[in-house]
Amino acid sequence: MSQVKTARPLSPHLTIYRFRPTMAMSILHRITGVSLYAGTLLVAWWLVAAASGPEAFSYASAFFGSIIGRIVIFGYSWVLLHHLLGGLRYLLQDTGNGLQREQSTRLALATAAGSITLTAILWIVVALVG
Amino acid sequence: MDMMTPLRRVRGLGSAKAGTEHFWQQRLTAVSNFFLISFFIIFLIWLHDGTYADMRAAFANPLIGIGMALTMMSVTYHMRLGVQVVIEDYIHGDAKIPLLILNNFFAIAIAAASLFAIVKMSFGA
Repeated sequence: MSQVKTARPLSPHLTIYRFRPTMAMSILHRITGVSLYAGTLLVAWWLVAAASGPEAFSYASAFFGSIIGRIVIFGYSWVLLHHLLGGLRYLLQDTGNGLQREQSTRLALATAAGSITLTAILWIVVALVG
Repeated sequence: MDMMTPLRRVRGLGSAKAGTEHFWQQRLTAVSNFFLISFFIIFLIWLHDGTYADMRAAFANPLIGIGMALTMMSVTYHMRLGVQVVIEDYIHGDAKIPLLILNNFFAIAIAAASLFAIVKMSFGA
């Protein structure tokens, strides 16, 4: 069907381009998206456990409260906020804005800086609400 | 020379017979995700380290149930579309079609399990 039988020339891929912030953020957007995809298993587990009863919920709670669980949730929060900010950047660029060379680089760097800042603010708020 | 009839062109359907539907749905759910994920994060901050009783009390509130149901529907649809593109971009061999099928199954399974749990808690069983 769509099997490649001979070594046909391929269009240039990632390796020939100079590394740029926009490129890094594009790659990160995909990686964070796929991570969030896998992470929905944890969200579904949390919901189903709570719906199943106190015993099932205690297992989920024990995992999310453990050291590994807390590291996973902390990582997940940054991944989620990064994908969210990256998505907003792409929605802006879908309108034709922010595509100039300097602007797009600044926006890409702002996505990285913004996601780290928002993650910090999120956990400071959690600590304060605590 | 364009062989398409004007009607065909106006319907905007390409060879995949879906036109810009995938692109549009991805953006539509991106916008809904922005609002729903904001709600989800605020809900989790408020609930964090909550007990089983806190969790069930939260889901006794219809707004939490509706908000979480919308969140899981929007998120699972968005991720199904997104991972489909990732598979189409990087997987070209025999694995492509099975992976596309599994992608659908995974997204729908997550949606079904989450919605069942939310509905069950919301109706208090």
